[in-house]
Amino acid sequence: MQTIQIDLLTALPELIVLFMAMLILLTGLFTKNNIAIYVLAQLTLLAAAFFTVGTHTPAVGYAFTGMFVDDTLSDVLKLMIYLGTAMMFVYTRHYMQLRGMFRGEYYALVLFAVLGMMIMVSGQSMLTIYMGLELLSLCLYSLVALDRDNAKSSEAAMKYFVLGALASGMMLYGMSMIYGMTGSLNISEISSALQGALSDLQGPKNPMLILGLVFIVAGLAFKFGAVPFQMWVPDVYQGAPTAITMLIGSVPKFAAFAITIRLLAQGLQPLTGEWQNMLLIMAVLSIAIGNVTAIAQSNLKRMLAYSTISHIGFLLFGLMSGNLNGYASSMFYMTAYVLMTLAGFGMILLLSRKRFEADTLDDLKGLNQRSKLAAFMMLITMFSMAGVPPTIGFWAKFTVLQAAWQAGFGWAVVFAVLMAAVGAFYYLRIVKLMYFDAPKQTGAFNTPFDAPMDMQIVLSINALALLAFGLLPQTLMSICGAAIVRSLQ
Amino acid sequence: MMIFTDFVFYTLAAILLFASIRVITTRNPVHAALHLVLAFFTAAGIWLLLEAEFLAIALVLVYVGAVMVLFLFVVMMLDINIDKLREGFWEYLPMAGTIGLLMAVEMVMVLAGKSTGGKYFSAGRALVHSADYSNTTELGRVLYTDYLLPFELASVVLLVAIVAAIVLTLRDRKESKSMNPADQVLVKKADRLRIVKMDAVVEVAPVEMQNLEEKS
Repeated sequence: MQTIQIDLLTALPELIVLFMAMLILLTGLFTKNNIAIYVLAQLTLLAAAFFTVGTHTPAVGYAFTGMFVDDTLSDVLKLMIYLGTAMMFVYTRHYMQLRGMFRGEYYALVLFAVLGMMIMVSGQSMLTIYMGLELLSLCLYSLVALDRDNAKSSEAAMKYFVLGALASGMMLYGMSMIYGMTGSLNISEISSALQGALSDLQGPKNPMLILGLVFIVAGLAFKFGAVPFQMWVPDVYQGAPTAITMLIGSVPKFAAFAITIRLLAQGLQPLTGEWQNMLLIMAVLSIAIGNVTAIAQSNLKRMLAYSTISHIGFLLFGLMSGNLNGYASSMFYMTAYVLMTLAGFGMILLLSRKRFEADTLDDLKGLNQRSKLAAFMMLITMFSMAGVPPTIGFWAKFTVLQAAWQAGFGWAVVFAVLMAAVGAFYYLRIVKLMYFDAPKQTGAFNTPFDAPMDMQIVLSINALALLAFGLLPQTLMSICGAAIVRSLQ
Repeated sequence: MMIFTDFVFYTLAAILLFASIRVITTRNPVHAALHLVLAFFTAAGIWLLLEAEFLAIALVLVYVGAVMVLFLFVVMMLDINIDKLREGFWEYLPMAGTIGLLMAVEMVMVLAGKSTGGKYFSAGRALVHSADYSNTTELGRVLYTDYLLPFELASVVLLVAIVAAIVLTLRDRKESKSMNPADQVLVKKADRLRIVKMDAVVEVAPVEMQNLEEKS
């Protein structure tokens, strides 16, 4: 009995989120006051953050017979997930209210998704990781279809569901092969089994092992949206309600990053040489295809989808370095990316109205004449995404490419820099549209924003944070570095 | 004793094979579903022989008892034209046959190949347990101790599936004429009955009017 009590305490934040998600589900049945549910959801994240910090120890703690791990990496990533989700709740409240999707189920499903991410982040067994992944994916599929009278949303949800199920299947298949070769589901046991038995299994050339690795990498790449598993990204980004696109594009990437670290950098660490090459191919292709295709887009959400693909390519550069420095730079990149995504989609939400989505490039024309502040925030966001120096986006790209350079991927780094220059075109095009083009004179377009004040304030802080972290990147970098070093050494 | 279990196994296996073949060859979809029920039932019998009681019972309860009954309902309600489904059978046969043959060859290579040394066929009987060994107890013990976290997570995943299904399909139907008992109980006389004060005017029927006119 004693052990089980200790176990539950280690997973206290998860239990809080689970309990509150169910409570919100029930509250939604009995109350018409949806603001109360919104406040409840925000309080849940706050409480989870409080207990995550409260139960934090520098040491690595295990629970549930080694299936659950509580280390610095998981704590830091969980805090980032809470923060990102809380910001998303602030940004999307008004949007959902206007479209009749402001219901208890929305918050319950998002909190269940958060729970899935937390489980993934803390997964120390392939079984736990897979369960967390399924929990997250299932919530996301249904959230995409939340606007159920919208044919585009339903189509996007269907594509996402079918391809996502396929990817989950591939990953599970890979996991089963690794399990077959090592005899364990536990990440650290897999690592030691591989290390010990590499000579018996004819070294890393054992076909079964490599096949399992390929399937796992393919599954991970799908969840990230890296080329050649990117086909779902543009359609889902464009088809889903903007609020849900914002969710899909932001915090789940933390969870995907975490399971990549757990599976590749911890569990399959002895096979580093093998997966490095796979990640290299995906990284180079993602940056190239993402940046080049984004130029041709006229829909802002679709353009940001291709931009995501290219960002994932940069992220993979850090991961494929295969050392702690590289992982830390990847984590830094991930944080920067999520902040930028939240700001970018936040701006689309800010400009949207009832029955008006503001998701085409034309809608941004002459934004400066309508609101100097909004145009400036978007300017910072776009500069950051492009990687222009005084913003966080520059440091993110810089550290990742530096790590890859040190790991000996010289030509790939040169290629990535060239592609980043290509990518700068479509980010700066938005700046040009906002500042130098005349506004479109149609409809409700020239009225002031009807978004609530709290959203405008948080969005401003978000955009300014991109600049602030760009001027002072040291704090965030050292947090990422410490999290990786403490957990992986 | 050995011979008897062997006899039971081969009988069940023969029935299982027969039922499985009938599932895909019979022309009537209801017959196909019933043969599938038979196949599940026989498979459960084979699992019992392997001392996997829990799996066997679960198979009968879940698949035979719930899933297949539901399936039968669907098959009976939908008017499925089986001949239409069979169109192109001969067209696809060469491709399907090749793939099926390939899979069979692969299986033989794995099970009886040189690298595995045919060890799967030559392996002796499975572990023999003592009489008081309960498969169900062992499963339950592992499920609620070592695998507690994934087990509970699976239940959360199922909960999310239910919530998602309801969120995506439940609609308040405007034309619905369903009654709310709570409202019915709360109804008062004043809500239903309206008493209207009217002047005491006696209407004269047209026939009587006619009679009166004739009389005058």
